[in-house]
Amino acid sequence: MAGQAKERIAGIYADGWSRIVATIIRLTGGDWDLAEECAQDAFAQALQKWPESGVPDQPLAWLTTTARNRAIDRMRRASTEAAKLREVAAMQQAPEPPGARDSDIPDERLELMFTCCHPSLNLDAQVALTLRSLAGMSTADIARAFVVPERVMSQRLFRAKQKVAHAGIPFRVPPPQLLPDRLPAVLHVLYLLFNEGYSDAQKTRLSREAIRLARVLTALMPGEPEAHGMLALMLLHDARRPARIDANGNLVTLDEQDRSLWDQAQIAEGTTILSRALRHRRAGAFQIQAAIAACHATAPVAAQTDWAQIAELYGQLARVAPSVVVELNRAVAIGMADSPQAALPLVDAIAATGQLDTYYLLHATRADLLRRAGRWSEARDSYRAALDLAPTEAERRFLARRLVSIPSP
Amino acid sequence: MKYLMLVCADPDYTPGQGEGAPDIDDWVAETDGKGTRLMGSRTRPASDATTVRVRDRQVLVTDGPYAETKDLIAGFDILECADLDEAIDVASRHPMAWHGMIELRPFWPGDED
Repeated sequence: MAGQAKERIAGIYADGWSRIVATIIRLTGGDWDLAEECAQDAFAQALQKWPESGVPDQPLAWLTTTARNRAIDRMRRASTEAAKLREVAAMQQAPEPPGARDSDIPDERLELMFTCCHPSLNLDAQVALTLRSLAGMSTADIARAFVVPERVMSQRLFRAKQKVAHAGIPFRVPPPQLLPDRLPAVLHVLYLLFNEGYSDAQKTRLSREAIRLARVLTALMPGEPEAHGMLALMLLHDARRPARIDANGNLVTLDEQDRSLWDQAQIAEGTTILSRALRHRRAGAFQIQAAIAACHATAPVAAQTDWAQIAELYGQLARVAPSVVVELNRAVAIGMADSPQAALPLVDAIAATGQLDTYYLLHATRADLLRRAGRWSEARDSYRAALDLAPTEAERRFLARRLVSIPSP
Repeated sequence: MKYLMLVCADPDYTPGQGEGAPDIDDWVAETDGKGTRLMGSRTRPASDATTVRVRDRQVLVTDGPYAETKDLIAGFDILECADLDEAIDVASRHPMAWHGMIELRPFWPGDED
């Protein structure tokens, strides 16, 4: 019984936290600290009471009411000024929003997302606020995830909340004319969180939270295909996670991954979401990247990958989001669809721009094409250049293995 | 909320980037008409500026702006807006947002009148 109650609370926590925080921010006219404190208090009370009294029929309503009462109580105690007291009295008279049923609780997480990701906050602040108020992560956990001292993270959160209040950042979903500017900021933060968790096995929680929040976003904004495209992209990448690192901690490239380890249900979900998004005929960068990920994820074996289609998709991506990295990936796809000899001039042209001199994947890609073309000594030089620049141990080990596989002169 | 809108030059501006900038007279007429712009003015250039400091009870007056601002500030306006989004919208329709840049500073609460 007690164990069951704790399990239920843990299950409600992720979604419940952000909904309660959003509700109390609205109620208090923007007191983020109080909102977090009251949410924390509500969950603490639940942990204390539910194991004995049983889980209420409408747990979210119970938690919201508890947090709301606490907020009103705290404000009443904090305010001695008559004006403040009148405000509190008015709040108490307002029709009680947390009705008896969970379904009556307004969902203001979208407002919260857009406020956390307002462009007048710097990116670090947007990420920190999102993790604290939407993912419900503790300051200590966020600090650990970004490898900064807890004191630094708590300062960052403090300043971000102050900026929201002092600069007058509105707590709302932007009106339609602002959405094309503002939605990409939200997508950017969520995708950054996903990647942060994807590139480091210690931080998988960040990816999980990013996927969860992307689900919330798509549920609340069903008509935004790029949001769906991003969710599809996350699901398709994440489905391959179990095969990416081998038992020795080595990075396994796509063509060498054990495809039986891929999460087929998640791949199916990702492709379904993607094809629904593509029906809007407004393919943006996320949808195109998801389409590329789907080409990989649905190939039964690496040799059956539709590289011609992937090269075509990278061409489309280069049109909506031009970048040398996209050009590099297009060259890789052409190298696979056609031949290494066809791709090398493209890669050399990218190298000639000098923009990717310090990007290890440029050198690694060139090395791989040269190796496959049998140009051993140039391949060796490029592997060495890539090794010097590779950011992680797993990547360095992979490159070193490739380097020694080249026949000696 | 009240915002100080600092109208600034942008040293990195390259001619042509501000193509299609709105007209300043239209901006003033519109924002005055709506009651968004409480007041504002162009300011004389840095060469006409004077900097005042008091150190050890001594008034120190120097010619010119304090180093960092150089000739950046070209004028100011005071806005009354519902929130930052409205202030950003008003600022983005000022021609100097196109040819230079605009900094929005919220007023310190309680000091507004």
